[in-house]
Amino acid sequence: MAVCVAVIAKENYPLYIRSIPTENELKFHYMVHTSLDVVDEKISAMGKALVDQRELYLGLLYPTEDYKVYGYVTNSKVKFVMVVDSSNTALRDNEIRSMFRKLHNSYTDVMCNPFYNPGDRIQSRAFDSMVTSMMVQVC
Amino acid sequence: MEAAAGGGCGSGQPLLLSEGEQQCYSELFARCAGAAGGGPGSGPPEAARAVPGAVSAAAGPVADLFRASQLPAETLHQITELCGAKRVGYFGPTQFYIALKLIAAAQSGLPVRIESIKCELPLPRFMMSKTDAEIRFGNPAELHGTKVQIPYLITEKNTFKRMDDEDKQQETQSPTMSPLASPPSSPPHYQRVPLSHGYSKLRSSTEQMHPAPYEARQPLVQPEGPSSGAPGAKPPRHQASLIRSFSVEREPHDNNSNYPDEPWRITEEQREYYVNQFRSLQPDPSSFISGSVAKNFFTKSKLSIPELSYIWELSDADCDGALTLPEFCAAFHLIVARKNGYPLPEGLPPTLQPEYLQAAFPKPKRECSLFDSYSESMPANQQPRELNRMEKLSIKDMADFPVPAQDVTSDDKQEQNKTRLEQNKTRLALKSTADEALPKDMSEDPATKSGLLPPPPALPPRPCPSQISHHNVNSERSAQPKPPTQLPNYGDFRLQKQISKPRHRELQEFPQGHPQQSEQASEAEIHPQLNRAPSQAADSSPTKKDIPYSQPPSKPIRRKFRPENPATENQEPSSTVGGPASAATGKPHTAVQKQSSKQKKAIQTAIRKNKEANAVLARLNSELQQQLKEVHQERIALENQLEQLRPVTVL
Repeated sequence: MAVCVAVIAKENYPLYIRSIPTENELKFHYMVHTSLDVVDEKISAMGKALVDQRELYLGLLYPTEDYKVYGYVTNSKVKFVMVVDSSNTALRDNEIRSMFRKLHNSYTDVMCNPFYNPGDRIQSRAFDSMVTSMMVQVC
Repeated sequence: MEAAAGGGCGSGQPLLLSEGEQQCYSELFARCAGAAGGGPGSGPPEAARAVPGAVSAAAGPVADLFRASQLPAETLHQITELCGAKRVGYFGPTQFYIALKLIAAAQSGLPVRIESIKCELPLPRFMMSKTDAEIRFGNPAELHGTKVQIPYLITEKNTFKRMDDEDKQQETQSPTMSPLASPPSSPPHYQRVPLSHGYSKLRSSTEQMHPAPYEARQPLVQPEGPSSGAPGAKPPRHQASLIRSFSVEREPHDNNSNYPDEPWRITEEQREYYVNQFRSLQPDPSSFISGSVAKNFFTKSKLSIPELSYIWELSDADCDGALTLPEFCAAFHLIVARKNGYPLPEGLPPTLQPEYLQAAFPKPKRECSLFDSYSESMPANQQPRELNRMEKLSIKDMADFPVPAQDVTSDDKQEQNKTRLEQNKTRLALKSTADEALPKDMSEDPATKSGLLPPPPALPPRPCPSQISHHNVNSERSAQPKPPTQLPNYGDFRLQKQISKPRHRELQEFPQGHPQQSEQASEAEIHPQLNRAPSQAADSSPTKKDIPYSQPPSKPIRRKFRPENPATENQEPSSTVGGPASAATGKPHTAVQKQSSKQKKAIQTAIRKNKEANAVLARLNSELQQQLKEVHQERIALENQLEQLRPVTVL
């Protein structure tokens, strides 16, 4: 369902970014990059003291002509950004939430690996396969 | 010998072949003769007839066939001479059949003599192919398990391929064998292959040899079950010796195309090793190893970080950042496989799943609990070491596998084993170098070693007394009319210590090499009697439990000793054991009671010493924990500083 999935670290550099179809990768990268501003805005809007109560799921960040961009932030300020095809109107909010939840779970699994240094690019095959399963449905 | 052989071949001395043998031999002869272009020697083997001018098998295919039997070249030469082919200059049916029988005898570990073929022998086995075609060569009853392993011993000889085709076309003997035989044995067998490349260089060779006995053991267990009607002691022994003889010739082979699952099965030996390593990192086997500890440990394997990361991903099934024992075994196994050149699988193979591992090897957990019960602080290595010694002793003494046979025949042998084990332990304790805990052993051991009677019980340090008791318990369970209490058995071998001389011989052999002993100890797992493994679990599973975990490098040495042993061990042990066994039987019961009280005292002193050791180690542990906490705090402070210093990217 997703066309592009990206995991951004706290310092706003990408830990993992993958998109299909692959020929438009640069466009998706740019979209993710611009969405970071929106994410930051949403985070700061919630207030500093409310970090605990802050909802992890940010919802639709911004829509474009062809795509919608959704965001999700973890408590450690790691951001998940997902770009979804606008033509895919059947996608509901709950589904997006569940997809982010799966992403978050896989991310924690990656974190649990002692050989993973936080800040490295994510090269876990399990994570890859999970993301693929999310994206394959589009094709 | 040759004269007799000539006489046997040429004159009217009948070569008794069973029906299966006749069929097999005639087929083989037909193949060899047919390959030569001559007419097949059909009909029943006419061993009694001299066959000048009759059909003869060409030397080429015959030589290939003999080579396929995996016997050493000299043995094959001997066989060729004995069967009279050299004398008459060709392989007639008579010579061929005699040669086949001799091959069977040699594969069974019997000496290559004409007399050997007079007795009932299993069919000779030829390493033709990777398939189960091999199995068809042998008797169905015998071929359970063990024989199946043989085909899996892949050697890359071209002749095999040729024979393969022929075999497949002609072999119809016991196709039903393969399904029975292959599943149980193939996994452990195949396991050998990955290790052959050597997790460390040394390890490679040993691994090959080691798995063999273990595999032999497993199939032995199985045959005992399914083939209860099968010939009793002999086939297992043959199988075991077969495996040993095969292991000599075995070559490392990477090809796992036929059995994609096999490299991912963990043999008993490996399992033991992994468990020991686990214990070295985390004394409590039912607990888990934290991520950082495991990371440090696995980093030593010199694999790249991404690969290690991937292996972790595969093996940490619950993704909790910690490895339980089965997860650890799976991870270790993957690392070993990777180091041996196996590509990492896409997913965790079913044989490495934690549930599978837990189900397949429940013993280690039980063993662990047993260990824990009587030795809280004892590092595991002490125990394994001792057990290894015990194993070594038994290997030396009794090369024959036949667990059932020996179990039934003598408690004495077990007791002898145990006495030998004790002796070994004393020696090994002196030599062992691995752990700090060792000094304790060593201090105890020399003291105990001096006097045979009282000290030895104290000797088998912490684990031993209880282990032995466990053994005894188990061996009792394993159905022998033993004296009811543990101690009597324990005492028995003390008595036998005094009695039996052969042990001294063994003792003298041991100083030759500590690692060798420890390695052979693992070989000892072949002998369920050995106990430890059986002690912990039902006899069916060959758990070793104690592989010296400090000794991966020395594993290859095991292999070298193995080939030397098979032939000799088969015969020597039976003879040596028979003597002392008879002598010992009389005494044990009377002296048992006297020994029991002494042993109790010895055990109590051992317990006290263990507790002291425990206290010391606990103190040490707490101090180290303190240091660890401090270091952690320092690390956190440093990380905080790093965070602050790291440049914040601005969009």
